Amino acid sequence: MPTSASELVGWADTLLQGVLLGGLYALFAMGLSLAFGVMRLVNIAHGDLIVLASFAAIALGLGTGWGPLAAFLVIVPAMAALGYALQRLMLNRTLGGDALPPLLVTFGLSIVVQNGLLEAFSADPRGLGAGGLETASIRLTSGIAVGWLPLIVFAVAAAITLGLERTFGRTRYGRAFRAASDDPVTAELMGMSHRHVYALAMAVSLAIVAAAGIFLAMRTTVAPSDGPGYLLYAFEAVIIGGMGSFWGTWAGGIILGVVQGVGFRLDPGWGILAGHLACLAVLLIRPRGLFPRTRG
Amino acid sequence: MSPLLETRALTAFYGDFQALFGIDFEIDAGEVVAIVGANSAGKSTFLGAVCGLLRVSASQVLLDGDPVGGLPAHRIAAQGIALVPEGRRLFPSLTVEENLLAGGYLGRSGEWNLDRVYALFPALRARRRAFPEALSGGEQQMTAIGRALMANPRLLACDEISLGLAPVVVRDLYASLGDVARAGLSIIVVEQDVSLAQRVSHRLYCFQEGRVSLVGVSLSLTRAEISHAYFGV
Repeated sequence: MPTSASELVGWADTLLQGVLLGGLYALFAMGLSLAFGVMRLVNIAHGDLIVLASFAAIALGLGTGWGPLAAFLVIVPAMAALGYALQRLMLNRTLGGDALPPLLVTFGLSIVVQNGLLEAFSADPRGLGAGGLETASIRLTSGIAVGWLPLIVFAVAAAITLGLERTFGRTRYGRAFRAASDDPVTAELMGMSHRHVYALAMAVSLAIVAAAGIFLAMRTTVAPSDGPGYLLYAFEAVIIGGMGSFWGTWAGGIILGVVQGVGFRLDPGWGILAGHLACLAVLLIRPRGLFPRTRG
Repeated sequence: MSPLLETRALTAFYGDFQALFGIDFEIDAGEVVAIVGANSAGKSTFLGAVCGLLRVSASQVLLDGDPVGGLPAHRIAAQGIALVPEGRRLFPSLTVEENLLAGGYLGRSGEWNLDRVYALFPALRARRRAFPEALSGGEQQMTAIGRALMANPRLLACDEISLGLAPVVVRDLYASLGDVARAGLSIIVVEQDVSLAQRVSHRLYCFQEGRVSLVGVSLSLTRAEISHAYFGV
């Protein structure tokens, strides 16, 4: 029966595109998961920093005519430096006591970034030209084609997740991240300046944010007020996956992408809502997420 | 020649509450010095002040004659003072071996490495992949001491390592510390058990309400002198 066969191909395509979109969501979520895991810091400005990176890449392209590769080489280190400075000069002062001060400060930062972008770039959505990469695709079968860009984003997200797991599990700095997270005072006694360690963690977080923001601008258009929406996706991915595990966060992003894709297929108005409902369902059924870190 | 570590009229505060009232203390290279005293006599506060966990002024703590008071704890650690904190304070999400490696974070050169720690505490080698919560109290304390040794310190400060442990375990721990001391490391031992403190140390300080109430060569001090200094009666 040709109808059901094409139906089947259609569903396979939906799932595949959802998985690839999930790669981008995993990138959104990874920096948030990292900052929460190391510093118990919930960064409300996370989504706005993604959009900031998008606009930085767009501005660099407009100003110099360089392509997206140059954007990565310039903006990833720049955002990492921003992250170090932000943590060292501002966010470290909010940590250690109540959970509220870091929330309030990053909420304020979110407003500052949004309005700064609005002032500098107006409210118009903009995108980043990727020299044809954004539309290039590989045809798998008659009904299914895979875009090169989503494929690259997916691969980068997987590589970053693997890199974070390895770094945290096996290296001197990874042990310092975990030790400073467990007990900053005792970590100081081992010679780890927890302020420095936290600032390094935020530098890594914003380096990943930079990559996410540049990919986002290549994939679609962004506007200065889009940040909170991306923060929400990142939160949902972290909640679905479970706190404290990078592969969990990665899987959470993929699941969110697939659920949104399935929702869109059922009804074009339902995609985003389906993602929110999936997140709520996980909170109800498994409040610690699907893949919480198990230890000991 | 100046002592390895010296404090001069060391004072320390928790907010408005004064915990130390002018402590004069010194320890030479290769010496084992015990500090005894009742609860809240200021023993742990003293170690915290020396290790940079409390704000003190520079000239109140001298290492090799150089003022180090008031430096942040991670800078003091880099100068070669390692603390085994009260209650062990192991990192719960790190395995035994990772806790030990975290102790060696600064990479100071010296004789201590994983193999040496496992040779000192053979029980830990079998538990190297276990998390601290799965260990016995004695094993946890071995890990905490091993973690401090991994820093290759010049001075090891041990805060009540016998707390909550069976006497036979305490004896073994101090036997191991004795081996470490004979290899030439300077050790400050804070203890509640006076006779144990006397046995393991060269010199002994008794603290009372934030002041030094007695100091002398451990084995020449009498029971009566110490209990007078300890309780103030």
